[in-house]
Amino acid sequence: MRKASLFNVTSVALGLAFLYLPIAILVIYSFNASRLVTIWGGWSTRWYVALWHDAAMLDAAWTSLRIAAISATAASVLGTLAAVVLVRAGRFCGRTIFSGLVYAPLVMPEIIIGLSLLLLFVALDLDRGFWTVAIAHTTLTLSFVTVVVQSRLLTFDRSLEEAAMDLGCPPLKTFLTITLPLIFPAIAAGWMLAFTLSFDDLVIASFSTGPGATTLPMRIYSEVRLGVKPEINAICTIMIAVVAVGVVAATLASKRSARAL
Amino acid sequence: MTIAASSREKARRDWGGRLVILIPALWLTVFFLVPCLIVLKISLSQTMIAQPPYVPVLDLAAGWPGIKDFITRLSFDNYKILGSDWLYLASYLRSLAIATLSTFILLLIGYPIAYGIARAPRRLQPVLVMAVFLPFVTAFLIRIYAWINILQREGLLNDALLALGIVREPVVWLATDTAIVLGIVYSYLPFMVLPLYASLEKMDESLLEAAADLGAPRWKAFWLITVPLSASGIFAGVLLCFIPIAGEFVIPDLLGGSDALMIGQTLWTEFFQNKDWPVASAVAIALLVILLAPILIYQHLQMRAVEDR
Repeated sequence: MRKASLFNVTSVALGLAFLYLPIAILVIYSFNASRLVTIWGGWSTRWYVALWHDAAMLDAAWTSLRIAAISATAASVLGTLAAVVLVRAGRFCGRTIFSGLVYAPLVMPEIIIGLSLLLLFVALDLDRGFWTVAIAHTTLTLSFVTVVVQSRLLTFDRSLEEAAMDLGCPPLKTFLTITLPLIFPAIAAGWMLAFTLSFDDLVIASFSTGPGATTLPMRIYSEVRLGVKPEINAICTIMIAVVAVGVVAATLASKRSARAL
Repeated sequence: MTIAASSREKARRDWGGRLVILIPALWLTVFFLVPCLIVLKISLSQTMIAQPPYVPVLDLAAGWPGIKDFITRLSFDNYKILGSDWLYLASYLRSLAIATLSTFILLLIGYPIAYGIARAPRRLQPVLVMAVFLPFVTAFLIRIYAWINILQREGLLNDALLALGIVREPVVWLATDTAIVLGIVYSYLPFMVLPLYASLEKMDESLLEAAADLGAPRWKAFWLITVPLSASGIFAGVLLCFIPIAGEFVIPDLLGGSDALMIGQTLWTEFFQNKDWPVASAVAIALLVILLAPILIYQHLQMRAVEDR
């Protein structure tokens, strides 16, 4: 058993406090009865009720949910293929360029990705709106899916695949019946990550959207610029709750499937 | 299996393999590489406000003379504007300064946290990693917004400081550089901690025991063994933070003041308010050139990490 030193425990505890305290304050103040954001007026759910009647906000939330679901699904397919290529294809012509294309969006400032995609959509004369945001988010998030799936493929025991191939199973069938179920938890984790990244994105959505498609972060951003409002605390709390439940569920699911093996 | 059948099988497998490479490669080419080239092209177009097309127009149908004509008419005027106006240079320098300072603070705070997690009981480690990772997925915008609640004039930080008697007057926190750096450090902390943890966790602790047995003081063992062995994590964490911070828009826009801008804000203003797309493109390309070296180093590290395993 390792001895936990005081220094290590303190640094982890302080770090987590730093990460969680602002979020906790936000959640608590979303139940504040007072309209003045900084004065505590007792517990109340009135801002949640107000939110329920805010049609523009609900509309934006629905748009964001659909964009996030579509782009996360597309990114999971493309990102998994890219991960398989990077881990399995060995050295092929153009591998450096390919991996460059995959890893660059991870660190590329969002503002550059947003601007460049907008100029592409303008050059192609596409109507900007729902689908252009979905395409933009797919491009951003597929790299994240690739990194998650790739780390699973790297620790993957290939003897199962080899056994199937030796017994005459064709490569595609081997991939679908052996590989895919084994890496599925990683793909699901990648999907979750892609979903939250898309649901959360302001900069790229602002560039690639058009009239008619306002996402939730764009809506929140325009409200926040005008000052802090209790309704915003409420919607943020709901978003945090949804994401937290989703992530914990995904983690438990992937643990269970890992244990089942 | 006959030879013919097996070679047909192999051919099909090659074809399938190529398709697997082709689909993501095509997507990234169309929606990532080509857009970057378009930005480059428009940054070399003549400055004009309002909608495209931008002069010169690339006419591939005209063949080689068309391409030659296109190249001779490209202009560097937009870059001259960047060079001549102090505003642009100032915001590039400001972005790099803030990114450097924030990354340094992130490393100082992130290292002890990552170290603490890596030395925690094995059973607890996945939970702690999850705890660090969770805020990263709970909405970037929300976390910045949470700080506005705390930092504003009548906010909780001032309330606490006044109640404790540390200050007599409310301190102005919002719209300062302190707020920007605080917001950045807060938002990017998981990006620093997770790569550091990944490299520290792999470390063989018997090396430290050996050093202790040979009489090395703990700080010396840390400096000579732990730090060099976690170098790959330090590099990855620093790059993963520094590059996006340099182009950050949301944090300085919401927490910072309006007098001095970071380059991301300048680009945003140029694009959405001045509607000068060629200059906005030139700003983007110049930022990309500054960040090219760090981006390439990061890719190199990523590729090596894949090949090492």
